[in-house]
Amino acid sequence: MVQALYTKKVMEHFKKPHNQGVIKDATIVGESGNPLCGDVMKLYIKIDKKKIKGKETEYIKDIKFETLGCAAAIATSSMITDLVKGKPIDEADNVTKANIADSLGGLPPIKLHCSVLAVEALHKALKEYKTKK
Amino acid sequence: MKYIYLDHSATTPINKEVLKAMRPYLGENFGNPSSLHYFGQKARKGVEDAREKIANFLNCKNDEVFFTSGATESNNLAIFGLIKKIRKQNKDRKLHIITSVIEHPAVLEVFDQLKKEGIEVSYLPVTKNGLVLEDDLKKAIKSETLLVSIMYVNNEVGTIQPIAEIGKLLEEINKKRTPEEKIYFHTDAVQAANYCDCKVSYLGVDMLSFSGHKIYGPKGVGALYVKKGTPISAIVYGGHQEQSLRSGTENVAGIVGMAKAIEMIGKKDNLKIRKLRDEVAKKLLAKIPDAIYNGDREKRIPSNANFCFKNVEGESILLMLDMEGIAISTGSACSSGSLKPSHVLLAMGVPQEVSHGSVRITLGKENTKEEIQKLIKALPPIIKKLREMSPIK
Repeated sequence: MVQALYTKKVMEHFKKPHNQGVIKDATIVGESGNPLCGDVMKLYIKIDKKKIKGKETEYIKDIKFETLGCAAAIATSSMITDLVKGKPIDEADNVTKANIADSLGGLPPIKLHCSVLAVEALHKALKEYKTKK
Repeated sequence: MKYIYLDHSATTPINKEVLKAMRPYLGENFGNPSSLHYFGQKARKGVEDAREKIANFLNCKNDEVFFTSGATESNNLAIFGLIKKIRKQNKDRKLHIITSVIEHPAVLEVFDQLKKEGIEVSYLPVTKNGLVLEDDLKKAIKSETLLVSIMYVNNEVGTIQPIAEIGKLLEEINKKRTPEEKIYFHTDAVQAANYCDCKVSYLGVDMLSFSGHKIYGPKGVGALYVKKGTPISAIVYGGHQEQSLRSGTENVAGIVGMAKAIEMIGKKDNLKIRKLRDEVAKKLLAKIPDAIYNGDREKRIPSNANFCFKNVEGESILLMLDMEGIAISTGSACSSGSLKPSHVLLAMGVPQEVSHGSVRITLGKENTKEEIQKLIKALPPIIKKLREMSPIK
């Protein structure tokens, strides 16, 4: 069965996704996926500055997601928001698809592309933010 | 939690009477039907009585029924077996075979394999309602055509294909051809056995596949009807069972159970199931916006309701319903194991992005009005929740 393929962690995030929704005044929005493939992810990111170790640092103050897709797509979206929320943007930029899959206790091989979509949406957004600056 | 099963096209629960009929063959009647002693003959009688019951159902001779491990094997044997025999008779003969684009993979992938081996294959299209047209078949037939294989009922959308009409058409065409040029006709009747007339004389088929577990019988057993005189070679070798066409010790309990299940197919269930299904379709279409009902409304089995819900993904729907104790199925790519969306819905012209939101609900004879009400109550808020989560509104 499909569900048996998913870890408890994936199902928890699918049942009660964290940070699901929209940030109206988001600093930047990253999108990945394609309706033809059945997965579309959108990350809304609010970037702010604070002093970290005495140094003025840009960090992800808030992040929310909207996702159309399967349980793995929803769970990876939820997990990436957990992983980067509150983190300096340079640190957030280093999050990999493996970090997401590992944090979820693993993903079925056929669903690994969902973790790719999640990091793609994040990296796209951060890249755009940096070039805009 | 009380679980509700609405996935009867995937498999059915074993009927109590069927289980009762099978029990002795899992116990005291354990003999090998090929043995000549008491134990063997007891098992042999079980197998042969079962064959007779199935022959009655199909309106054919007993020795035209061959037991297999299920419909997948029956389909493989019918198609590969025919081609193998014809190639043995004349290895240089140019061959052309025809099927439809909406077949189950157990037929489609056999055709794909034969195509790789150099046989010419035509895939008939379907209408947007999921029906094969006789006219398309007529156009596809060539002088080299050897085989037509069309499913009786589609497993995803439940549409009933015009098998008897195609049978008549091929009979007319065959009248004008020599016996060597005969076009053979096979149908995969796995989803039809519960609801449709499977008399082979009415259908005009040379071969017909079905299985036990879709008709409240056991898994791992099926049968292939092969009309007398149809050229066919074995594809597995061994102990010469089933007139040497299908070697391997018979699955005696399974065969007995399948025959009992066939005996118990009841027309009276059909009306009840149809009423419940119509209620599901009517209420869900009224309650859920942007919903599409897939498949012909008339030419479909009474148990099947198939929908596409726009901007939601089928696997998410399936899992959320499962959490509420309701079991259904989806044609969504994400749950298929192949990441390909339903080939049936795409063939019917459903846009790819819409096909991902497909849901198949298939009722059975044990389902109640209360269970249907629970589904009708549970599904709309799930679709709403998933749509709220989606970036595409």
